[in-house]
Amino acid sequence: MIKADLLMAGVGGQGVILASDALAEIAVKAGYDVKKSDSLGMSQRGGSVVSHLRMGEQVFSPMIKRGDADFLLGFERLEGARWAAYLRRDGVAIVNNLAIPPLSVVGGASKYPSVGEVEETLRRRTNQIYFVPGTEIAAELGNPQVLNVLLIGFLSVFLEIDEGSYVDDLSQRVPQKFLQVNLKAFARGREEALHRKETRHD
Amino acid sequence: MAAAYPGTPSTEIMENLARFPGIYVEWSTNEKVALEVAMGASYGGVRALAAMKHVGLNVAADPFFAASVTGVRGGLVLVCCDDPGMHSSQNEQDNRHYARFAKVPILEPTDSQEAYSLMEWAFGISEEFDTPVLFRSTTRISHCKTVAEIAESPEIKRRPPKFVRDPHKFVMVPSNARPRHPLMEERIQKLAAYFEAFPLNEMILRDRSIGIISAGASYQYAREVFRNASFLKLITTYPIPENLIREFASKVERVVVVEELDPFLEDIFKAMGIGVTGKQLVPIIGELNPEILEERAIAIGLLPHAGRPPATQRVEHDFPPRPPLLCPGCPHAATSYALKRLGFYHVVPQDDMSGQKRGGIQQQRQGIIATSDIGCYTLAVYPPLLALDTCACMGASIGQAHGLEKAGVANRIVSVIGDSTFIHSGITSLVDVVYNEGRGTVIILDNNTTAMTGHQGHPGTGISARGERARRVVIEDLCRGVGVRDVNVIDAFDLPVIEATIRRCVETDEPSVIVVRGDCPLRVREKGKPLVVHLEECDRCFNCLRVGCPAISRDDDDVKIDPLLCMGDRCSLCLQACHCQAIRVREG
Ligand SMILES: Cc1ncc(C[n+]2csc(CCOP(=O)(O)OP(=O)(O)O)c2C)c(N)n1
Repeated sequence: MIKADLLMAGVGGQGVILASDALAEIAVKAGYDVKKSDSLGMSQRGGSVVSHLRMGEQVFSPMIKRGDADFLLGFERLEGARWAAYLRRDGVAIVNNLAIPPLSVVGGASKYPSVGEVEETLRRRTNQIYFVPGTEIAAELGNPQVLNVLLIGFLSVFLEIDEGSYVDDLSQRVPQKFLQVNLKAFARGREEALHRKETRHD
Repeated sequence: MAAAYPGTPSTEIMENLARFPGIYVEWSTNEKVALEVAMGASYGGVRALAAMKHVGLNVAADPFFAASVTGVRGGLVLVCCDDPGMHSSQNEQDNRHYARFAKVPILEPTDSQEAYSLMEWAFGISEEFDTPVLFRSTTRISHCKTVAEIAESPEIKRRPPKFVRDPHKFVMVPSNARPRHPLMEERIQKLAAYFEAFPLNEMILRDRSIGIISAGASYQYAREVFRNASFLKLITTYPIPENLIREFASKVERVVVVEELDPFLEDIFKAMGIGVTGKQLVPIIGELNPEILEERAIAIGLLPHAGRPPATQRVEHDFPPRPPLLCPGCPHAATSYALKRLGFYHVVPQDDMSGQKRGGIQQQRQGIIATSDIGCYTLAVYPPLLALDTCACMGASIGQAHGLEKAGVANRIVSVIGDSTFIHSGITSLVDVVYNEGRGTVIILDNNTTAMTGHQGHPGTGISARGERARRVVIEDLCRGVGVRDVNVIDAFDLPVIEATIRRCVETDEPSVIVVRGDCPLRVREKGKPLVVHLEECDRCFNCLRVGCPAISRDDDDVKIDPLLCMGDRCSLCLQACHCQAIRVREG
């Protein structure tokens, strides 16, 4: 059994907490000790959301220390970059390639970081960086809400939990009429990750 | 039975209890009422729970102390959730002090499993020792999930409800209350003795050079950071099992206390004559986490400099923050925008209340003062709205406005309060204004829900804790009923009417109420017809950006509306703010 510390970050309404709840349960069923901790503050109002998820043989703290996360799952580019320091050296960064500018940017008071700046920030921690066109694929599948499941699909390729566990959990969690599109999103996420892993050279 | 008033991070307790059949549950009008309802049930022999956030206990302090004096019949447990770090609170307070203050025991879980298992103990202790029990959680216990084993069929001990008269116990006139005080002192002694052998307090003896005493979430951080140290996990943080503490202290070379916020345990240990390292290690301010603990432990030499690369080295740029916002289509936005404009541009008369001339440009440009309350609308304090001047605690806005007025401050003053907050603790202040002949204007932002904490019902909504239909308290009738003659009910999306009504009401010499009504879009989830910007007619004044809507943004020199976020003509605030009529409804 390996340990995995995952930090998931995004914007209120993107389904970060739902995703981490699902992953936590999948990991529990796979026999891990699991703790998770959500900072949702006033997230419903479009603020930052971050969820710490830890799995291993025995977990004490529900929060990950900066520099310890094995995985950083950014649901949005700026939020991915914001939490870069939590990633351990050579950890894996998976960032949905979507920009949701905060109001300070909209009002012109600050600047949204470019893809280059985000990448440079992540690079100070790791070379394993994956920008995923998650929102585009989800839209292609006909439901932007499945972004979180798609990202779980992508991540699942890196975790030691078998594919069936995810599918089982989704089948129980998701209402029947949305199940197909969720399963598709999960599969597309996996495909994307497998493809990207193969074609990497670094 | 259970009663609660919402408040982060305690809200989910009632939301989940409401899913269990067979328990009476209610959202009470405020925390004081919730605790009093629970007290009544306990007097009737039934197990009762009240849940609230830390500041809720300030509101409920009176019945809390009273319940400590009378004691209980059915178990009485108060679950109170502190918020170190103020993730979603107006202050940072350590409610363990309340237990000592009111001479009541505390139980503190360190994870979800203990939160579950301890509840049965809490009720048992309450009944055995004839005391309310303070069950303390913090944000990192409440908003945390850890693996918990649930009993197959939780055994529910139910006794038939019955009130047995006992004036010496329940009627606290001085002659009855006096003999209760020695009983309370005795009770706390007995509890301390009982906690010496409390099975969930746990001693782990390993490397004896450091012995850590800790409780709550901090205990888990300490286990994470001090891998080999000896530990005493304290579930019973008040009253302290002194012999257990002395025994542990005698077995280790150095006693270290890891506790968030105040040196509550540390002070007690020091008073016992035990030298400990406490606040020297853990900051008194803010939320603790394993990272801070590790850094501080290294800094004061409790841990060696690890070979770890400097994990905390900052790698981030200065990224723009993402503060919470009023949502697209928020019914509070138009009023906030109106207040911003009136606040800055309204010219006050040059004569103040005492009739003295007090000219000067500055005076003239102060405009309306808006005292505010706590709720989503408080977000209008941020740019670009900057509409509010105060925010202290729930219900404070009306009294504060009245005080400013009676002090003789020359400005026109309005108080801004949400529907849930008005019913929680605004009503009594409004009565005060009427009785004391104030002329304040109270703006009640009625979005028909308690939005800030996640859309709970309250008496004004007519929706119960179980989500069922209940009797609705009509806010405007209530205001008329207490004697306000100038009561206005207006539409939350009609900017000109909002502005005109505020302007009119602040000039009158009697109290007035403006109920601004419009549903919260997060609850109703309906969209109107889409809005579009006709750029060829736009003169780039960017007034529309000043309404602070996340759906409208600047794209270089253009303005665009995000059709996914925008609620359309349900709201149309930007359309009303546009003086060139360049924003219009897309027909068809
Ligand atoms: C004493 C106390 N109890 C609870 C809270 C948590 N709390 C903050 S705002 C709020 C209610 C807001 O509802 P409302 O006034 O209707 O405004 P809305 O958020 O719906 O705009 C609550 C319960 C608090 N801050 N203080």
